[in-house]
Amino acid sequence: MTRPSADGGKAGRPAYSGPVIYYNQTVIEHFTRPRHVGELTPGETDGFGLVGDPSCGDQMKLWICVRSGRIAKIAFKSFGCPGAIATSSMLTVLAQGKSIEAAKNITDDDVIEALGGIPERKKHCSLLGVRALKAAITDWESMQVGPGKERP
Amino acid sequence: MIYLDHNATTPLCPQVLEAMAPYLSGHWGNPSSPYRFGSEARAAVEGARGRVAGCLGCKPSEVVFTASGTESDNLAVRGVSRASRLRGNHIVTTAIEHHAVLNTCKALEAEGYRVTCLPASPAGVVEISGLAASLTPETVLVTVMHANNETGVIQPVEEIARMLKGRGIVFHVDAVQTAGKLPCRLAELGADLVSLSGHKLYGPKGAAALYVREGTALCPIITGGAHELGLRAGTENVAGIVGLSTALELAAASSQEEGRRLQGLRDRLESMVREKIPKVKFNGAAVARVPNTSSLSFESVDGESIVLALDLKGICVSTGSACSTGEPEPSHVLLAMGLTAREAQGTVRISLGRDTRADDVDATVEALAEIVERLRSISSA
Repeated sequence: MTRPSADGGKAGRPAYSGPVIYYNQTVIEHFTRPRHVGELTPGETDGFGLVGDPSCGDQMKLWICVRSGRIAKIAFKSFGCPGAIATSSMLTVLAQGKSIEAAKNITDDDVIEALGGIPERKKHCSLLGVRALKAAITDWESMQVGPGKERP
Repeated sequence: MIYLDHNATTPLCPQVLEAMAPYLSGHWGNPSSPYRFGSEARAAVEGARGRVAGCLGCKPSEVVFTASGTESDNLAVRGVSRASRLRGNHIVTTAIEHHAVLNTCKALEAEGYRVTCLPASPAGVVEISGLAASLTPETVLVTVMHANNETGVIQPVEEIARMLKGRGIVFHVDAVQTAGKLPCRLAELGADLVSLSGHKLYGPKGAAALYVREGTALCPIITGGAHELGLRAGTENVAGIVGLSTALELAAASSQEEGRRLQGLRDRLESMVREKIPKVKFNGAAVARVPNTSSLSFESVDGESIVLALDLKGICVSTGSACSTGEPEPSHVLLAMGLTAREAQGTVRISLGRDTRADDVDATVEALAEIVERLRSISSA
């Protein structure tokens, strides 16, 4: 880091060998290139969930489009730390295409396992996505005429 | 790598390493040993004490070496409290102190001391209007930092020293973020105790000092042998102490010129951010700051996400202070300035240093603009 002055110091800098951090490469990849980011149009949206984590201020919005009892489309937006963004992204990957019943059974442990683990102090972040999905499913269910029936 | 986190730590200056080297190999004697081999180490420690005293503007006998800024703060706060226990049990501090002071005050509160915490203004300056009214015959210590580690805002310590003069209350100043940065002699601020740390001014980690004005009642918190005027037991970290003194001398000699250079770079950084990134709050920018520090709050984005994204591009900055990283709570400093929890969460601290050049600043702002835009596009806030 201490640079010789003759060449402006560029040659003296040690080679950069990647970040020394606590997130693994899968988490970093999902943080850098999160899947299913965005919003569904009102026409596509069958369920919407908005949840926050009061302990750290993180917030997540999640939209689902349900066709034939399956999550046909899913989208999210997230205000939060890298852990919150990566776990939200992985959650949408796990939920996409699943039946509502199977989607309901996704746990935060499933998300963490799919990411290959996250730091202990970040585990609470992974709850956000799971809670947002459950909220969106509850929203969808509340709009159903009868059990198992979808909106026309 | 572009390193812009100099308020967390700084690289060791090559001249400092050179000065330290003999005491890590050949001259490894114990300064307390009676034979000549020990005396060499003693001479090195006392020479260093003289150099530090010269920089601070005090007598060598008023300099106590410790192992960290945190230890210096502990010695000051606990040491005064213990020494003055029979006289009173009231301590005055501020809402924006470093955890080294704040949590030490909290620990003393649990032991039965009464602690008054002065608030801060939205600009980041401690409000001293309530100080006089908070003082009681029981008040034994007032402890206020010289400049805040997160915002760089300079605190009115000289004014506080004048207010406290002649009242028999000990005044401690945590100058860890100003030593070697501001062109002033710290013992001349009017405080009775002043903390400083080696690794914040291009010296080694594990070496720090506390200025103790002659006649200040202080109890040691590390007991054992009669080292360091009986105020800090333990065999001296000879190489570290030599390194600290060399680093302080070098920093003090260039602080004026280097300060001007850094302020120019900091202004460049902030005006470029203003130009390229919308919805940014510049914390503390309305008042006097140490010249190297910039605290930026980006709306709708999480600071830790910015730090990681910059890290992936080889740029080191920090959220709040280094110590706070890992804690989910937003910065107590920013909250005390009236920022919302969400604004505090979106804050990044950039602290420039001796190696920083204009192209580092430019590259950082460019990366920041791109990252903030991307994170805002995925943000739900």
